[in-house]
Amino acid sequence: MSGADKKFDVVGKARRRVDGRGKVVGQLRFADDLVLPRMLHCKLLRSPHPHAVVESVDVSRAEGHPGVHLVLTGEAFPVPYGIMPVSLDEHPLARERVRYVGDPVAAVVAKDEQSATEAIELIAVRYRPLPTIASPEEALANPEARIHDYGEQGNIHRNQAYEFGDVEGALAASDLVFEDLFFYEGNTHLPMEQQASLASVEGDGKLLLQSSTQNPHYLHRQLARVLQMPASQIRVIATPNGGGFGGKCDPGNHEFVVCKAALVLGRPVKISLTREEVFYQHRGRHPVLMKFRTGVSKDGKLTAMHLQTLLDGGAYGSHGPASTFYTGVLTPVTYQLPRFKFEACRVFTNKPACGPKRGHGTPQPRFGQEVQLDKIADKLDLDPAELRLGMVTEPGSLTASWLRVGTTGLAACIRSVVERSDWKAKHRKLPLGRGVGLACSTYMCGAGVAIYWNKMPHSAVQLLLDRSGQVTVYSGATEIGQGSDDVLAGLIAEALGIDTDAVRCITGDTGITPIDLGSYSSRVTIMMGNAALQAAGRVRDQLAAAAAEALDTLPERVVFSQGRVFAVDDAGKAMSFVEAVALAEAKFGTLSAVGSYTPPKPPGKYKGAGVGPSPAYSFSACVVETEVDPATGWIHVPKIWIAHDIGRALNPVLAKGQVIGGVYMGLGEALMEEQAFRRLPPKLSDALVHRNPSMLDYKSLTALDMPEVDVTLIEDPDPNCPYGAKEVGQGPLLPVMPALANAVYDAVGVRVDEVPVTPDKVLRALERKAKGEAARVGPEAFPEVPYPSPTFVLPPWENGDGDELKGADGKPVRRERRVATA
Amino acid sequence: MNAGVEKGVAKAVTLRRNVQIELQVNGEPTEVSFAPYKTLLELLREDLDLPGTKHGCELGECGACTVLLDGEPVLSCLVLAVECAGRSVETVEGLAQGTRLHALQAALTDLGGSQCGYCTPGMLMTAKALLEREPSPSRERIREAIAGNICRCTGYQQIVDAIESAARELRAGGETAR
Amino acid sequence: MMRLPWFEYRAPRSVAEAARILAGEGPGAMLVAGGTDLLPNMKRRHQSPSTLVALRGVDELKAVANGAGLQLGAGLTLTEVVDTPAVRERYTGLWQAAAQVATPHLRNMGTLGGNVCLDTRCTYYNQSYEWRKAIDFCLKKDGETCWVATASKRCVAVSSTDTAPALIALDAKARLASVGGTREIAIADLYRNDGIDFLARKPEELLSAILLPEANGWRSCYWKLRRRGSFDFPVLGVAAAAKLAADGTVEAARIALGAVASRPFLVPKAGEALVGRKLDDAAIGEVAGAVASRAKPMDNADMNLYWRKEVVSAFTTYALRELRGDDMRAERLRTARQALAA
Repeated sequence: MSGADKKFDVVGKARRRVDGRGKVVGQLRFADDLVLPRMLHCKLLRSPHPHAVVESVDVSRAEGHPGVHLVLTGEAFPVPYGIMPVSLDEHPLARERVRYVGDPVAAVVAKDEQSATEAIELIAVRYRPLPTIASPEEALANPEARIHDYGEQGNIHRNQAYEFGDVEGALAASDLVFEDLFFYEGNTHLPMEQQASLASVEGDGKLLLQSSTQNPHYLHRQLARVLQMPASQIRVIATPNGGGFGGKCDPGNHEFVVCKAALVLGRPVKISLTREEVFYQHRGRHPVLMKFRTGVSKDGKLTAMHLQTLLDGGAYGSHGPASTFYTGVLTPVTYQLPRFKFEACRVFTNKPACGPKRGHGTPQPRFGQEVQLDKIADKLDLDPAELRLGMVTEPGSLTASWLRVGTTGLAACIRSVVERSDWKAKHRKLPLGRGVGLACSTYMCGAGVAIYWNKMPHSAVQLLLDRSGQVTVYSGATEIGQGSDDVLAGLIAEALGIDTDAVRCITGDTGITPIDLGSYSSRVTIMMGNAALQAAGRVRDQLAAAAAEALDTLPERVVFSQGRVFAVDDAGKAMSFVEAVALAEAKFGTLSAVGSYTPPKPPGKYKGAGVGPSPAYSFSACVVETEVDPATGWIHVPKIWIAHDIGRALNPVLAKGQVIGGVYMGLGEALMEEQAFRRLPPKLSDALVHRNPSMLDYKSLTALDMPEVDVTLIEDPDPNCPYGAKEVGQGPLLPVMPALANAVYDAVGVRVDEVPVTPDKVLRALERKAKGEAARVGPEAFPEVPYPSPTFVLPPWENGDGDELKGADGKPVRRERRVATA
Repeated sequence: MNAGVEKGVAKAVTLRRNVQIELQVNGEPTEVSFAPYKTLLELLREDLDLPGTKHGCELGECGACTVLLDGEPVLSCLVLAVECAGRSVETVEGLAQGTRLHALQAALTDLGGSQCGYCTPGMLMTAKALLEREPSPSRERIREAIAGNICRCTGYQQIVDAIESAARELRAGGETAR
Repeated sequence: MMRLPWFEYRAPRSVAEAARILAGEGPGAMLVAGGTDLLPNMKRRHQSPSTLVALRGVDELKAVANGAGLQLGAGLTLTEVVDTPAVRERYTGLWQAAAQVATPHLRNMGTLGGNVCLDTRCTYYNQSYEWRKAIDFCLKKDGETCWVATASKRCVAVSSTDTAPALIALDAKARLASVGGTREIAIADLYRNDGIDFLARKPEELLSAILLPEANGWRSCYWKLRRRGSFDFPVLGVAAAAKLAADGTVEAARIALGAVASRPFLVPKAGEALVGRKLDDAAIGEVAGAVASRAKPMDNADMNLYWRKEVVSAFTTYALRELRGDDMRAERLRTARQALAA
């Protein structure tokens, strides 16, 4: 499906996105814009305690408040849910336990939001506080009180270890071993649209939920589970999302609550979260503490890496099991790494649950790895760009962990930003206070396995054509602003040789669209796209057969372009697309086709090999320029250059927008975005509260803080992707944070091994440097984590077979856990 | 801790009656009756059937609810609806002329300045006021003018491109685009 | 959506009428002008006035009068203040301060009087009712403990007004009106170092105008420290004004600090130390150190408090260098993201 030598009509041309007009005229209806007759309004009562037993809930006064129709408590929801089958640990409303400040306890449905808000205050809840677990260190040190009664042990949710080849041996044989600790603070998605949901019982008696969700399919499954209804009786429509970034992937408490209320009352019920509540729904970037031990040869080649991570998961599982894997699994994809060991642990704490945010689990280790590479280059006196160019992974190669790299434009990306930023003239050459930093990254084009185990397609598309020439395309994929509807329309239009204007997209509706798993893991362009091209190909075959008869040519000689259907060798033999459709409809009956896509089987066979494989990987390289004031530590970023290996840009305006948007979010994380918490003095209070749950205090860069970004798209079509197009929604965020930290080092010679990189940290590092201490700010210690013995897998080049090492009894051989001695 | 429940709750019970005002909305004289605690944002979205104006924080911290009040960009979430009596309000719904887009609307979507579209109505109204006051703003001036509108998708660059482009078009005499 | 509680709305047409309503309604009434400070607070239930006395329709609060000095009505929006040529030309410090308040939209709404009377801020206070319940409230509102300084008997919420330090440096006066008449006090005396009772305005008084003295020979500037180029309240404000002789010798100088205490305040010794000297690097360095020693930021605003204290000296230096005539636009662009050259 690469179509490498095809001439395109639609693909690669800058176009107005198909949903663009509705957005600029204010006509697009987001979830909270929807209004139904007899609609009621819902508000949630949330826990003021970080950790407590709910002893009783008295709703009588609230029920008596004027305008109140219904009050719900945890009793209404006996069945738990969770986005991953291994972590079904949430209830829509707390039943016995609250686990963070903001955990929903009860709900009021009233005639208007004001009445519901007033009634919420009339609910009396008796809590018995439990000890507050505020940090991963506290979680490890305090197996009791257990936040959940499941997990590995105590307050450890997930704990895992993998070793690909003998890492300690390789480190011992290395010329140099670099050991570094890094910390990456948590942050959140902050979509401009606060989540909203409208539930109603339709005329046919079925439940309809219209909601700002990225994953209507997974939500649909969880609704059926929690409401104990057949999925066929529930329809979920994903309304256009006012930004997602991963924050609308998990099913939300509020979604179950309004559904239940609508079913009880028989009236539409809407909820719209306040901005503060969005911070509690969270599911954002995990705070991660990391330890890297990396071996290198004197000429700058990696020999082995031992990576340890510790994730602060917050109060619930969410995507945590996947997030835990992602703090390691993509690490070996960028550079040749002969041996790799990866230990990861996720703990529960009494904070809003962390989950997937743009880059899911990978920005944290990428930051550590790319800053450490900068230190390695410095020590070896090598140019950081040259160091990286000398070890990029080969196209089609396998990593030590058995991931298939596929196409890679990483070297081209590095060369591009080096040239465009005038890197050679700047790096280590600018005056004190100015610097440049470089970093690289990779990301998946869709996760190789679904969130729940099944053998069915990951994406499906249905096409319906009729004699009017109208092409309707149905897909479960969800528009979150990234442009998935436009990708869909563009691919269908290209395949059928028509304008996108002739394509109508019906998407994200479990009642009428075929299943797509959702807008996460940068999977939509590749998976939905391949399904769309398959469907279009099937319809095109029918159109070609009918047209060929009329044009007196062979079907394979029929060309579709610009609304015309004609013979390749005789332009006189031609008809309009509409005519071709009518002929085919006469010949074959009503025209319709489906297409579906299932990703290739991953090469790795060991348990856990399912996380990390992808049909293709995108690559990015970034140079950030900084001006850092040595007197104050103040950081100014005048310019950023980025190159992204996109395979092919389907709509360059949108592709470029995704790149700049990723850089924006990355720079925000690098400089100031923090989902941080305040623990009040334990002697006086159990409180553990969000520090900054508002748009004012959670710092998102304004137009004045955002520099101009120079974007290069590297187009090397990938054969696994539709017309060669890889992902662009997540990858370009990833190199920004380490590039910024490396630029700060180049400017003033200090390391901030921590995200965000703030002026106070820079100044503290400068003061340490002036005193002759280590010119660094960052974590000082990594706690003792009881990682399990690793699953041992031989790398491909050590005669491995992709499976874990097994003994004569067929059981996996666990390598004895070796604790490194510093 | 439960002792805190009663604290801070308003004690005064006010007479709960709607108020009525007349105002101009997108050029049309309009009469509306509403609960007096409502802000202009709530009035537009809930009582005037104009949900094009969005809300992102309701505390004046994001710019999503920007509308023009007597021609000036303001945050409708912090304007008391009762204070709009006799005044003129412009929202995103009033920007296009019939089905013809305003130059800013066309440029914003054509040049990538609108991704998820949620900050778009507020951004457009801010930009409209800017270009009416300054027909040829520099990129720096555009950034200053939209510094009260947070966008989480675009990184602003394509928004600035679009406002620059629309300004050029408007200066050349083009009022609207397709 | 966050919503306002119910309230009664009154719209007087004159200062006298407003003063009468205020006196009649007692403590249940609150003044609202631009609404950008009070309405978010009401939505978070910091204040739940039974009556709002709206000043929007009071034309006399919009008056600008040139005479001996400049009189600015308290009801002028910050945009109107910024657009007043006399402010830009003669009172640069006020112009730079007003131009950096919040965002362009909020400056179109918020008034000079509102910014001068801005409620003090604290990260334990500027939160929703539900959030504050989770910490069992705080000293400033509904609680017993100041969580910033648990031993403190005094609320340490921080003064976050930008215009007030500039007005103090400019030696402005505030005119207060009540049914009993009007009085004028120095802006500096309008404030108390108490996060709760931070204004010396009596409950029945309203701020009607700001009076700036004649600018003859004075130049002024304002430097604001905040995380982002807009939206954010100051975490440090340095306002400086000086009267220089033809040869650059300082004849008089005033330096004021904002956002480092519960009130904005003058650092008299700093100004006095400059008199008779030229604004050379040595003098600036000495004075910057003295000013920095007066700053006592607390952990109740954005950014690290120790760092906020450490950079007071640098920001005072920027201010004095700008008064000296240095071209500070590059530094402005790095820190404020705007050139702000008058």
